[in-house]
Amino acid sequence: MTFFWFNLALFLELLATGGLIVFLIKQQKKIFRYSYRVLLAGFIFHTIFLISNYFSLGTAPVLDLKSALSFFSWSIICAYLVFQLKFKLKVLGSFVVPFSAFLMIISSAMPWFEGPVKPIFKSLWLTVHVGTVFMGNGLFAIAFLAAIMYLIQENQIKNKSFGSFYKRLPSLATLDSINHYSLLYGFPFLTFGMITGSIYAQYALGKYWQWDPKEVWSLITWLFYAALLHERLAVGWRGRRAAIMSIICFCVLIFTFVGASLLLGGYHSFSSLGAR
Amino acid sequence: MSVMVKIINIGMNHETAAVGLRERLATGSYSISKTLASMRELDCIREGLFLSTCNRIEALFTTDSAAKAKESIVSLMSKAANIPEKELMPSLYIFEDTDAVRHIMRVASSLDSMVVGEPQILGQVKEAYVQATREKISGVIINRLMHRSFHAAKRVKTETEICEAAVSISYSAVELAKKIFHVLDGKKALLIGAGEMAELAAKHLIAQGVSSVVVANRTFERAVQVAELFDARPVSFEEIETQLVDVDIVLTSTASPEYVITYPQVKNAFKKRRNRPLFFIDIAVPRDVQPEVNKLENAYVYDIDDLKGVIELNKAQRQQEAIKAERIVQEEVFKFEKWFKTLEVVPTIVSLKDKVEDIIQAELKKSYSSFSDLTPHQIETIQTLMRSIAEKIINDPILYLKRKAERPMLNSYLDVTRNLFNLDQDNEDME
Repeated sequence: MTFFWFNLALFLELLATGGLIVFLIKQQKKIFRYSYRVLLAGFIFHTIFLISNYFSLGTAPVLDLKSALSFFSWSIICAYLVFQLKFKLKVLGSFVVPFSAFLMIISSAMPWFEGPVKPIFKSLWLTVHVGTVFMGNGLFAIAFLAAIMYLIQENQIKNKSFGSFYKRLPSLATLDSINHYSLLYGFPFLTFGMITGSIYAQYALGKYWQWDPKEVWSLITWLFYAALLHERLAVGWRGRRAAIMSIICFCVLIFTFVGASLLLGGYHSFSSLGAR
Repeated sequence: MSVMVKIINIGMNHETAAVGLRERLATGSYSISKTLASMRELDCIREGLFLSTCNRIEALFTTDSAAKAKESIVSLMSKAANIPEKELMPSLYIFEDTDAVRHIMRVASSLDSMVVGEPQILGQVKEAYVQATREKISGVIINRLMHRSFHAAKRVKTETEICEAAVSISYSAVELAKKIFHVLDGKKALLIGAGEMAELAAKHLIAQGVSSVVVANRTFERAVQVAELFDARPVSFEEIETQLVDVDIVLTSTASPEYVITYPQVKNAFKKRRNRPLFFIDIAVPRDVQPEVNKLENAYVYDIDDLKGVIELNKAQRQQEAIKAERIVQEEVFKFEKWFKTLEVVPTIVSLKDKVEDIIQAELKKSYSSFSDLTPHQIETIQTLMRSIAEKIINDPILYLKRKAERPMLNSYLDVTRNLFNLDQDNEDME
């Protein structure tokens, strides 16, 4: 049954992606409304999938890359839906939803994790740790996509070459403030997630910090985002520079998320999460 | 046979000449009255008019010898603007007859403007016409043509929506500002220089929520005057640099030949602005804002050519109105042409009337001796009688010619008339 929810969510999210891309081209509000409803339905089924997976595993479903990607995708959509309430910016969906659907496709292509879950993972700390970190990641993904949209739009206005995106993309101020707010809200989530992670490590492994590659890279990511936020709030960075920096930060984050887990080993790596 | 008078228009506009060349023309040291005076001195030019705005140059004239006149006018333009003919030629267009009539009507109606429908051009055309009459170089054709053009412009303005604010430069500037700032509420604008166009744009910005306007002008009194229009604060020219730190939108339209706002100034301002974006709308020619300013982060500089690019975006919506406006112009062109064609008939009609008058006078002279016992009143009655008989006789031929004025066969009708009444005084036929 769990797989059914996953596939249903995947199907609806792909459908919403198609709809939102068509909306981007045709600019008809009706298409957006339908796509948005389909996305909501997909998100609900995705949530049901996560909950049912949570209960069947006894812990947050993030122990393999497949589940982690699907959870990442879910948190991006979740962040998007919250932003949609605030900004009512239809075009954001045409960028965000394809991105999260892309993660879902990768996730769906991977094998299911089978086997017993180590008791050590069946902890509320893990759920809180992973939940907050992923919420932060979801918001950073929004910041990343808003930054890309900003650069496209800024390039058009600066170079006075008005392509088909000029009308479709919102104003620079809007994109910059989406970038700003998603960083502003994402950063506490990441920070809180890292703190709960280290508490959980102390509780489970007896050490707050043990120079695990993922730990180190998470810290690097955190420092990158801290630097960006500092520049934004204290120095007054905005616009193009902030957009480029948030794209760089997100690349570091993706490396931490995928690269550090797959390539660098350590107790965070998916192979060790499953194997022992 | 009368020689055909041609109406010719030579000029350049924003489409044929790049902003650089137009800037050189706008800064050229020639004066309109001087140009008109040298036009008047040319034998091949019958009537003329010279229009020079920041976006166009037009020389409108009538001539009997088209080729020679065209040559002289081009060399006159090149001398006046101090640009070699070779460099000037590729940017020029030449319209003749109907095309010239249509062109000047489209110019007056603002259909040929960079910002179609902008209100300034009609005033500029009127001013050019006033100057031409002052220099006594306009004549019956130009007078008529210009009045018809003003009429066409008025019709286009009232009967179509092409002149609505939606197509004006201020509208496109506001649209751009919204793409940068999202909303203009609470934003500050700095207006440098004055002029109808700049004031219109400023009004538009205020209507969209811009909360405070600062006005700077080379002469402070003028700044105070303009500031009163918008409830704005006047500042001196020297304060511009400090103002750049505070404002969000800068609107420039001075006649200054050098840059009013330079790269180092804006760069300095950005240090104190905490990178808040700054949007320059430069509607002056020559430009007021150094183009390099656009290279600064968060600075966006739009000159008049750039704004045109934006305007083209909402072209589709205006297509319908444009068709209507072109139709109005076409109607007015037809009306003028109809009148112009009758001009060809006029010399023949005049000769015919002259001939009749000559005959009357000659016959009166012959019979004068037998009038001696008549009272002056009776003589007058006889004269009136003769004249009315003569007029009745030639009235139908005259009406006939006027009716045929638009026909392609007109020339042969004129020929027949002239031969029939022997208007060209051929000696052999007299015998």
